[in-house]
Amino acid sequence: MAKKIINRVLVSIPVLIGVIFIIYVMLNIIPGNPIEVMMAEHARQDVIDRISAYYGLDKPVWEQFLIYMKNLLHGDLGVSYKLNRSVNSLIADAFPYTLKLAIAAAIVSWLIGIPAGILSAIHENTIVDRLFMGFSLLGVSMPVFWAALIFQYIFAYRLAWVPVSGADTWQSYILPAIVLGWSSAGTIARLTRSNLLEVLEEDYIRTAWAKGLSQAGVILHHAFKNALLPVITMMAIQVASLLSGAVITETVFAIPGIGRLAVDAITNRDMPLLQGTVIFTTILIIAGNLIADILYSVIDPRIREK
Amino acid sequence: MSDLKHFRPDTAFGGKNEKRDLTSSAKKAQDPDAKLSAKDKKRIQLAADLGEAETGWDKFKILCSENKLAAASAVIILVIALMAIFAPVVAPYDPTKQDLLHRLEGMSAAHIFGTDQLGRDVFSRMIYGARVSLVIGLLPTFLSLALGTVLGLISGYLGKAADFVIMRLADITMAFPSLLLAMVVMYTLGAGIVNIFLALTFVSWAGTARVIRSQTLSLREMEYIEAARSMGVSKWRIMFQHILPNCLPNLIVLFTLNIPGSILSESSLSFLGIGAQPPMTSWGLMVSDGKQYLFTDPVVAIAPGVAILILALAFNFLGDGVRDVLDPYLNKQ
Repeated sequence: MAKKIINRVLVSIPVLIGVIFIIYVMLNIIPGNPIEVMMAEHARQDVIDRISAYYGLDKPVWEQFLIYMKNLLHGDLGVSYKLNRSVNSLIADAFPYTLKLAIAAAIVSWLIGIPAGILSAIHENTIVDRLFMGFSLLGVSMPVFWAALIFQYIFAYRLAWVPVSGADTWQSYILPAIVLGWSSAGTIARLTRSNLLEVLEEDYIRTAWAKGLSQAGVILHHAFKNALLPVITMMAIQVASLLSGAVITETVFAIPGIGRLAVDAITNRDMPLLQGTVIFTTILIIAGNLIADILYSVIDPRIREK
Repeated sequence: MSDLKHFRPDTAFGGKNEKRDLTSSAKKAQDPDAKLSAKDKKRIQLAADLGEAETGWDKFKILCSENKLAAASAVIILVIALMAIFAPVVAPYDPTKQDLLHRLEGMSAAHIFGTDQLGRDVFSRMIYGARVSLVIGLLPTFLSLALGTVLGLISGYLGKAADFVIMRLADITMAFPSLLLAMVVMYTLGAGIVNIFLALTFVSWAGTARVIRSQTLSLREMEYIEAARSMGVSKWRIMFQHILPNCLPNLIVLFTLNIPGSILSESSLSFLGIGAQPPMTSWGLMVSDGKQYLFTDPVVAIAPGVAILILALAFNFLGDGVRDVLDPYLNKQ
C-alpha cells in the first residue's frame, strides 16, 4: 500500500516538471523584451536595461529557465512586473478567497448533486429522473458568466437578498458558490445516479430486498455506501478544479482570488504573475488527482488488496 | 448495386454491433440467462428496425421518432446554422450600424431584443454572432479530434517510445485547468479568432487521444488486423484504413459531445476580453459588453447568453441521442 502511494507520487513528478516547462516555454517565446513593451517609448534605454537586469531578462533564455527552476524549488515564484511585489505574497493574499469560494461551491454541489442523483436512480426513467437529469444538463450547458449575471440581476438587484459583488461578508459568497456549484452538481448527480443504478443490480441488494428491508434501508444502508466510492474520489478532483475554475466567477463577482489575479495578469501583460498563478493552480490540480487516486485505493478494499 | 448496398453494414451501428458480439461472447457464454434490461431490449428492437429500413431516409425517420429531444435539437441547430449562413438576408438591420439617438432602448417591435450601448440592433448582432459560435463550436472540435485521433492511433498501434511520449504529453495537457491553459495560449498568441482555434485545439486533443489509443489497443489484437499484417500491409495503412473506420462511431460521439465545450470556452474567452475582438461580434463578447448595463437594460446581456445556452444544450441533447444510437453499451455517466 505504502509502496503504491510512493509510486503514484513519483509518477506525478515528471508531469509536474513537464507542466512547468511547457508553461515557461509558452510564456517566454514571445519575442521582444517585455520591459520595453511595457514602458513603450517613454523610457530611456539605460533605464530599460537596468530594469531588465533587475528581472534577470538580460541573460540567455536557458539560463533564465534554470534560475526560474532553482527559485521554484525554493518556493519562489518571482516578482510581478506590474505590481512590483513577489508573486508568492500576491498568491498568498488571493488564495484564501479562492479557497473559501471553492469550499462553499463544493458544499453546494454535494448538497444538490448527491440527493438529485439518488432520487433519479430510485425513479429511473420517470419524470423525476428526466427532470433532474435535464437540470444537470442545463448546468453543464450554461455559460457560467451568464448565469452569474442572471443571478446578480434577480437575487442581488431585484430582490436585494445578497450583495451584488465583493467578498467582504459571508453573504457575498452565496451567489458565486451557487453559480460555481451548479455545474459540478450536474456531474456529481450523473455519477451518483449511474453508480447507484449499477450497485442496485447486485445480488446483495436483492438479498436486502428479500429480507424485507424498507426502501430507505436498502438504498441508504446497503447500496449508497458502495455507490459513493467513485463519487468521493470525484469530489477530490472536483475541489481541485473548483480552485482553478473560478476564473470567471471571481471576475463577475469581483472576488480578489487566484482567478482574478490570472485575468489581471493577462490584461497587464504581467508574465511572472500569470506564470505563477498557472503553475500554482496546476500543482493544486495534480495534488487533487493524486489524493483522489490514493483515496480511492484507501476506501475501497477491493482495490487495496490488488 | 442496390442489392450489394443492402448487405453492407453501411451505418456505423452495424459495425459496432458486430464488434460487440465478438468481445462479449465469452461473457455471454458464462452467463447465458443474463437478463437484458428494458433499455437494452429497446435498443435491440431499434437495431432490428434500422436493419429492416430500406433507405437512409427511413432510418432517419425511425431515429427521430425514437429520440424526439435529439431530433428537436437537430432542428434547432439547423435553424441557427441557416440563420448564420444567410445572416445578411435574415438580419433586420446592419449589425455594425450605430444609432446613438436610440441606444439601450429595450425590447420593442422594431428591435426584438432592443439596441445596445451604441444603438446597434441586438438581434441582428446575435445572428451574425452565431457565425462565430458555430464555427468555433465545429472547427476546433474537429481539429482537436483529428489531432487526437492521429496521436491516439500512433500511440496505440506503434506503442513503445511513441506511446510513452504521446501519453505523457497527454497527461501534462490534462493536468492543466483547461480555461487557464487556453488563457495562456491566448496571452502568447494574442487575442483573435484564429488563435482561439489553436488554443482550443491545443487544450482538448488529449481526451480523444486517450479514447482512440485504448480502442486501438484492443483492435490491434483482432484477427483481421493480424491477417492484414501477415499480408504485408503497411503500418500506416493498417492504422488509417483498418483501425480508424472502427473508431468512427466513438469519434462521432466525441465530436458531438465536445462541441458544447468549445462553444462555452470561446464565449468565456470572449467574455474575458481575450477572445473575439470588435468589430467582430460573438455572443460571449456581447454579454461582456452588455454587463455594464445589466441593472438598467438587462436584455442586452441576457439575450446573447440565452442563445449560447440554447446552442450548447441542443448539441448536448443531440450528442446524447447520437451516443445512444451508436454506442449502446457505452457506460452512461
